[in-house]
Order: sequence, then structure tokens, then C-alpha cells
Amino acid sequence: MSKLIRVLVAKPGLDGHDRGAKMIARALRDAGMEVIYTGLRQTPEQIVAAAIQEDVDVIGMSILSGAHNHLFPKVINLLKEQNAEDIMVIAGGVIPEDDVSFLKEMGVAAIFTPGSTTTEIVQFIKEHVEQ
Amino acid sequence: MNLIQKMLSGDKRACARLISLVEDDAKEAEQVIKTIYPYTGKAHIIGITGPPGAGKSTLTDKFVKLLRSNGHKIGIIAVDPTSPYSGGAILGDRIRMNDLALDPQVFIRSMGTRGHLGGLAKATRDTVKILDAYGCDFVIIETVGVGQSEVDIVKAADTVVMVMVPGLGDDIQSIKAGIMEIGDIFVVNKSDLMGAQRTATEINMMLDLNQNMERRPPVIMVTANQNKNIDKLLDEVNAHQTYMETSGEFEKRRKSNIRRELLELVEESLKRLVIRATTENGELDSIAELLYNKNTDPITERDGLLEKINQ
Repeated sequence: MSKLIRVLVAKPGLDGHDRGAKMIARALRDAGMEVIYTGLRQTPEQIVAAAIQEDVDVIGMSILSGAHNHLFPKVINLLKEQNAEDIMVIAGGVIPEDDVSFLKEMGVAAIFTPGSTTTEIVQFIKEHVEQ
Repeated sequence: MNLIQKMLSGDKRACARLISLVEDDAKEAEQVIKTIYPYTGKAHIIGITGPPGAGKSTLTDKFVKLLRSNGHKIGIIAVDPTSPYSGGAILGDRIRMNDLALDPQVFIRSMGTRGHLGGLAKATRDTVKILDAYGCDFVIIETVGVGQSEVDIVKAADTVVMVMVPGLGDDIQSIKAGIMEIGDIFVVNKSDLMGAQRTATEINMMLDLNQNMERRPPVIMVTANQNKNIDKLLDEVNAHQTYMETSGEFEKRRKSNIRRELLELVEESLKRLVIRATTENGELDSIAELLYNKNTDPITERDGLLEKINQ
């Protein structure tokens, strides 16, 4: 059997809108990936701990609360602290255009805002995960 | 191998990587198992099984918290089904165990069945070995939601906890063969719901029908999401562990599982040999053609293939 792509889908912070995250989880499943779905209100520490134990290739986080400039850098720094910066981080949710370059600078590999298609996201992950 | 040394000294990331190697059936996987095998055999393996939605993950979460208060190191393997169409999966058991994620003495791994039937993934047994070598005192395997015949857990665990809930069917369900026979401990979860007492009574009656049982499994009523009676479950798990060790049943069950695992490994290798010897040269296709046209029969062809492997 060949290596399957494993993706952690998480909802950090306090907003409770998880339809988008569930949609993405489902789309990745249908694209043949294993999705570890951890649910709502995750702390960055929980997300990184889960990503390491699950040995995922990608962390996908969905944020609709406006706290993205705080939460994404936190996760990326924790990954670095634990020598796990090879795990790719991607973002989804309501993220203003003005914040995109900051988040990319911080190390977020891609940002999918409203209007993105699931096909784009699947394609991006497949292209960027080393097999 | 560097990863193995790191894992043995308690590195979580190395442990996770090793599990991926056996899951993906990577070429290093066999060497991993060879190297760690001497370090295995110390953990007590608990299987948690039952129908979908019975509360297996919630029960596991609460049970592990109780075990942790006694200072034990715990590994959890949570199995969920893989899609037969895409090969992908949504592994959602962690949702109920989020508090445990940050406990340094708990390791949780979600696992898709990847086409394996029986309630476990093919890599589950090897993952147990890795978590055992990693130093876990208890390894808990949470199976996929089972129906009536997914009984593989009994081949992998020392103690099988069967989680039932009220309202799933009449008392005939409980006397059928299959999953109702494999529980060492029966738990009626969601026992705050109507009909819980009746479910417990039906299981008790079913168990009382078994005449020649050396140990009659207990039935306990639990409400996992309210953390009710989890301590009783722990008492019963401890009692079962003691029974297994003093009666000699522990050694008997482990040896029988080892034999079965070895035979399965042989079976798999033989199959691989046959496939390798017959696929590329088109022999398998031509035999299929002959069989389709009824020019031969499957028994003769099987003997032919086995003989070929023998040479």
C-alpha cells in the first residue's frame, strides 16, 4: 500500500461555525485522504499535539472569528518548537485581503477564502505534499 | 534505526512516524517490527467495542482519565472506517478526547480501516506493539462501530469491553452468535436513558444461559458523558486482569493470538508470492479465462499454483 495523505482539520478559537470545516473534511475524504477531524474550540497546543501524534502531512484550520493573526502564528511557532515545521499549515475562513501577506510571511502555505472551491484545495494539497 | 532509538526513549514524534511506516506498509516496516519485538509484551491491551454511537470514544476518554489518575502511561488506537470508494476516511474519535491531547503520558492515534474487515485496521496489531515498546502500561483499542460479526478485537486484546446501549433490539439480538460472545466485560452505556435496565437484564439473561463458562462476564451500567460508574469499569478491568493471570488464561489467550497472527502472516506472504508469480506474465488472467469457460475448476488450479510456488 502506498502512503496516504493525512490531514488534520481543526477549528481553533471560539467561533462555532464548523460547516465549512466539515465540508472540507468531506471533500478531502472523497479525494482519498485520511482526515483527522478534531472539532470545535481547539487551542493551538491541542492542535499541534494532535498533529504530531497523528503524523499528519497537513494542518488545515478554519477561522471565522477574526483571530487568525493570533492563532496561525501561534500554531506555526509551536510546530517549530517541536521540530515539526515540515507539517504544512493551510488556512480557510473569513480572512481579509490585507492580512494575507502577513500570514504567508508567518509560514501559512495557502489561504482559502470564501469562493474557493474544494477542487482547488484538494489540488493544492496533492501538489504540495511530498510523496 | 534512529527512529526506533528515539521512540524507545519516549519521543512522541518518532513513535508517530513508526506507526505511519507500518500503516503505509513501507519497506522499513518489517525491520521496525523485528527490532522492537523484544521490547513488547508488557502492556495490558484493552479492546473497547460496540455498535456505532454507543459511546465508545466518550467511554474511552473518561476511562483513560481515571487510569491516568493512577499514574499509568496510556496508548489509544481509535479505528474508524475507510471509504470503500475513495480510500479516504474521516477519523473523528479525537473529538471526544480533546482534553487528553495535551497529556504527555497519553498517545492517541486515529486509524482508518483501509479495506480491512473485522473491526480493526490491518496495522492495528503492529501499532499495539509500537505503543507497547514505547512504554505504555495500557493500550486501548477502540474498534470501528461494529455490527454483529466484527470480532477481530478478541484476537488483539487481553480484555474486551463490549459497550451496549438501550433500544437496539429485542432479546433475540442478545442470544445470537457473534459480538455478544466476545465480551469479557459488558457495559450498558447511556444508562440514564429509558430501557437501560431492560437492556442490562437481557444481557444478564443471555450470559446466564452459558453453562460451561469458566468466568461469567459482569454487566455494569454506566453513563459515560456524566462520568458515572467509570470507577466500576476500572474495578472490573482490574478484576479481569487478575483473573486472567491467576487462571493461566492470559498466557493461553496470548499464545493463541500469537499463533493466529503468525498463520495470517504466512497466508499473506503466500498470497503475495502467488500474485507475483502469476500476474505479470498474465498467467492469472489465462487461468481466469479457463475457469470462466469451465475448462477447469478452482480446486485443480489452486493445487497447480501451490505446486508452482513450491518449486
